[in-house]
Amino acid sequence: MIDFDTLLQVLDSSVRLSIPLLLACLAGLFSERAGIFDIGLEGKMLASAFAAGAAAFVTGSALIGMLAGIFASIILSAVHGVASITFKGNQLISGVAINFLASGLTALIGQNWFRQGGQTPPLSGSARFNEITLPLAELLRDVPIFGKIYYELISGHTLLAYIAFLIVPLTWWILFRTRFGLRLRAVGENPAAVDTSGISVVRQRYAAILICGILCGLAGAYLSTGIGAGFGKEMTAGKGFIALAALIFAKWKPVPALWACLLFGFLEAIGIRFQNIEIPGVGTIPLQLMQALPYILTVIILAGFVGKAIPPKAGGEPYNKE
Amino acid sequence: MTKDKQERPETAAPAIQLKNISKSFGPVQANKNISLTVNSGTIHGIVGENGAGKSTLMSILYGFYKADSGDIYIRNAKTSIPDSQAAISAGIGMVFQHFKLVENFTVLENVILGAEDGALLKDSLSKARRQLQELSTEYELDVDPDAIIENLSVGLQQRVEILKALYRRANILILDEPTGVLTPAEADHLFRILKNLRDQGKTIILITHKLREIMDATDTVSVMRSGEMTATIKTNQTSPEELAELMVGRKVLLNVSKSVAKAGDIALEVKDLKVTDEKGVLRVKGITFNVREGEILGIAGVAGNGQSELLEALGGFRKSQGLVSVYGHSLDLESPSGQEIRDQSIAHVPEDRQRLGLIMDFTAWENIGFGYQHEPEYSNSWGLMNNRKMRKDASNKMEKFDVRPSNIKLKVRNFSGGNQQKLVLAREIERNPDILLIGQPTRGVDIGAIEFIHNEIIKMRDEGKAIILVSVELDEILSLTDRVSVMFDGNLVGDRITSETNARELGLLMGGETD
Amino acid sequence: MKKLPTWIDILLIPLINLAIALFLSALVVLYIGEDPMDALSIMIKGAIGSSYGWGYTLYYATNFIFTGLAVSVAFHAKMFNIGGEGQAALGGLGVALVCLMFPWPHWILALPVAIIGGAVFGAAWAAIPAYLQAKRGSHIVITTIMFNFMASALLVYLLVNVLKAPGSMAPETGRFIEGARLPTGHDMLGWFGIKFSKSPPVNISFLISLLFCFLIWFLIWRTKLGYEIRAFGHSESAAKYAGISPIKIIMVSMLISGALAGLMGINSVMGESERLVIDSVQGAGFIGIAVALMGRSHPFGVLLAAILFGILYQGGAELALWTSIPRELIVVIQALVILLTGALDNMIRMPIERLYFKMVRAGT
Repeated sequence: MIDFDTLLQVLDSSVRLSIPLLLACLAGLFSERAGIFDIGLEGKMLASAFAAGAAAFVTGSALIGMLAGIFASIILSAVHGVASITFKGNQLISGVAINFLASGLTALIGQNWFRQGGQTPPLSGSARFNEITLPLAELLRDVPIFGKIYYELISGHTLLAYIAFLIVPLTWWILFRTRFGLRLRAVGENPAAVDTSGISVVRQRYAAILICGILCGLAGAYLSTGIGAGFGKEMTAGKGFIALAALIFAKWKPVPALWACLLFGFLEAIGIRFQNIEIPGVGTIPLQLMQALPYILTVIILAGFVGKAIPPKAGGEPYNKE
Repeated sequence: MTKDKQERPETAAPAIQLKNISKSFGPVQANKNISLTVNSGTIHGIVGENGAGKSTLMSILYGFYKADSGDIYIRNAKTSIPDSQAAISAGIGMVFQHFKLVENFTVLENVILGAEDGALLKDSLSKARRQLQELSTEYELDVDPDAIIENLSVGLQQRVEILKALYRRANILILDEPTGVLTPAEADHLFRILKNLRDQGKTIILITHKLREIMDATDTVSVMRSGEMTATIKTNQTSPEELAELMVGRKVLLNVSKSVAKAGDIALEVKDLKVTDEKGVLRVKGITFNVREGEILGIAGVAGNGQSELLEALGGFRKSQGLVSVYGHSLDLESPSGQEIRDQSIAHVPEDRQRLGLIMDFTAWENIGFGYQHEPEYSNSWGLMNNRKMRKDASNKMEKFDVRPSNIKLKVRNFSGGNQQKLVLAREIERNPDILLIGQPTRGVDIGAIEFIHNEIIKMRDEGKAIILVSVELDEILSLTDRVSVMFDGNLVGDRITSETNARELGLLMGGETD
Repeated sequence: MKKLPTWIDILLIPLINLAIALFLSALVVLYIGEDPMDALSIMIKGAIGSSYGWGYTLYYATNFIFTGLAVSVAFHAKMFNIGGEGQAALGGLGVALVCLMFPWPHWILALPVAIIGGAVFGAAWAAIPAYLQAKRGSHIVITTIMFNFMASALLVYLLVNVLKAPGSMAPETGRFIEGARLPTGHDMLGWFGIKFSKSPPVNISFLISLLFCFLIWFLIWRTKLGYEIRAFGHSESAAKYAGISPIKIIMVSMLISGALAGLMGINSVMGESERLVIDSVQGAGFIGIAVALMGRSHPFGVLLAAILFGILYQGGAELALWTSIPRELIVVIQALVILLTGALDNMIRMPIERLYFKMVRAGT
């Protein structure tokens, strides 16, 4: 079978790959808990990845890239908000439109700015988020098993990754221990209850999608300046939808979302590492099947073979005062 | 909670004064120059038909709408109410007909929602817990603060709504059609609580269409008609007949006159019928009854005791177990089919015409064939529709039932509630069924149309049809039916001849007091 | 409250939406340093200024008619079928298999079977998402998106490993035999002695797509099935009351939808490339969404919208050829159209309604 080192590398890879999923998933969590369905996570991530890659190249700073990415994502989030909240439009269609908009604009502007077929130029040095070695990692490196785990798996991730993990308990705390979270959850279950208490449903929902925009911005920035070294056309490759699937799998709860995203990250890591897996007696698993595995798994999850997922009651419906 | 000094209503500043309030929505004037005085420490009723403008007026008072002109005075101080927040600050609390509660939150969470103390929840929750305890003991409003709303009975949920208002220090409580979902016993309890509150100096506005409640519970009553306030009278100086006349503008027959039933053979037989809902909860727990030709069997009961599931099962769109047979022919209950029901000459006027009986965005003529689109006169074996026939039928039926406007190409959404109901009736009755299932036939229908509908139902009975009438309105049950049973908690209790029973007895059965 | 007259609803508002989408795209064009008016004229001339242009425009339009009808039929049942891209890909596979597997003597024989092949494969790809929505409530939007990705992977696998033409390096099948090639516009008009450019791939599928426009109109508004689909789309609860089976409606409407998307293969795989290549759909499945929205899910509206997008597509290709404006501009325009007609519909509709009623009141 596989040896311990390879296992660690795969797990390490899983963690890395799960970060953009986790950030996008939490973004969707805030939005959908407030009643706004968001299938435009993909588009926001893509736009953010582009903005971050471009800005990081131009300024040489990954941090500025991140801010640019957040900015781009927030703009698209605002469009979704205006369409869904103010103009009470169909949220699914708005999400689809935003995905196309991001897809078209990033390639268009990318080509116009950099003339490299829609990519941004490769990033290096301070223009990327580099790996942080946690204290004592070097020292502990040679300690059998635990030292290796600490060095490979836990230490050595980028700043954004650690931030992402911290956002999980933060999300839980905001949703369940603060006034803001109570109102946000209420607005997604029964906006009329919130409205008749004198709280603005509109403001609450805009706040939620603002947070969604910020988190998607982080996700996209991580793609082009954390994991990758620059933006490539369509680099999100469906991650936004997988994040959505993880959200449903996690039944819209923050901590299960973490596990779901790690699972999907693990699947992707295996697919990359083991290009042609031999199963004795069956044959070689084709590369394309491994690539399609996250999507297949998503469908299986949605088919409800892992329990029924009940979305926020008022989700997807614009709020109309009676 | 300090008790307000009891002031004599006549000398204290009126709790609310509305002067010349007007509000239009496009070409429709919902409120025309309304002036109203509500005295402090009274229970003030407001009656009117659907569309009379009561809801609009209350929405203005609660800050949902802004009046086009006119002023609001709270205790003689001119007050502007641009939003709900302002209404709450002015001491107005509203208990809506359809509760505004978050179903998967606890009672405490619902009470503090929007009235929290500070950004963190911990303090708000403990303070609310204390307050709720005090309010409970003071006003008989007991509820478990940690209960989850969706697990509470409707009566208890309503208590939470009242507690919400009191927690926000409401002095004026507006209740919109509060007894629609309560048993008579729960309704009595509610009015006791309201009288208690009134005696403590609170002001209560009660919006209802139930004339009996006005007579029993209010001190003063105002009548609205077509957007105007037509009268304000002391309750003890008026009568239901006078109020009905003021509501409609002409004398109204409150009771239908009918001859004695001449019941024939058994048309519909139901044995040990059990119905389970989507969540796996048993809603109808094995009921047995039958209906004869030429009789109306009434099924009374507060909403939510299994009547809806019963109608859905008999109507062929919900699975059930047991035996249902029509003139001896058993229906397939395991895989029910709306088509089979109709083929067995059962027609169904559903409880919720907008959600079940009509396609709101279809035209009137398209709705005339709804449910019967598979019939040979409307479609042939190739699946081709005969739209021309459907249109012709629509013209005829709409004329016969005086559905207005008579435009068959108008989307049903644009018809009034009464006309929508008449359309459904026209469709179902004109198919000349042997058995007619009817649910809440006059819900949301104006008094004038109610007369018409009641007469049509009696006509059907006299033509020898077997009719099941499910209604939460006891008056309707008592005036229309020949026999009556009550649904309580999924069981059929009491089997009475209508002329030999009364509201009190039925009310006891509805509240679970068995024979 | 009276309603807006039909012509405003169906014609004026979509046109205004289109105008706004074009205006915003013009801003983008300006930004990347080109002249929008110039771009517009290149587009129009390139699309309808010659039989060459028309040929390509109608070729693209044919694709969009099929995918637009597909989305429309599902929409009538309130099903948002985003899987047109994958269903069309599978349809293309079905068409290719039919064309490759038999020694067709003449296209008159090959075409009907290819139609069946494309429809069956397209419907099959829609079947699982449809079933999951009907029986298990799995949201069809997400499942169909997943199936798009899965279709892509499947087609690549097949073309690289199974269907590749022997001796070739490229992942594509061999060319179809003569008897499985369709007559192009040039050929057909030639029968009547009319001159038409030889290069554009517009072919007899265009006429077939028109036929299907009529058939779908007939289905939705003149048959019992259409009545039941529309009723269900408006209100599932009422449909149940009326004895209409939600499961049946979801399955049937999605299968028809998938079949229509699959028919695109007649035009693109059999009519144009005459072999199966990677990504034969090229985004047409998604454009079908824009076309269905603009055309308000009515076959006639879909036809007009499809031609419009055909013009945009061909015009966009010309633009990419003669200027530095990349093809992605079309994606942006498409996105804006979807956004404006689908999600921001009220932004235009509400002020127009107000204006209209004000004018009516002033006039009376």
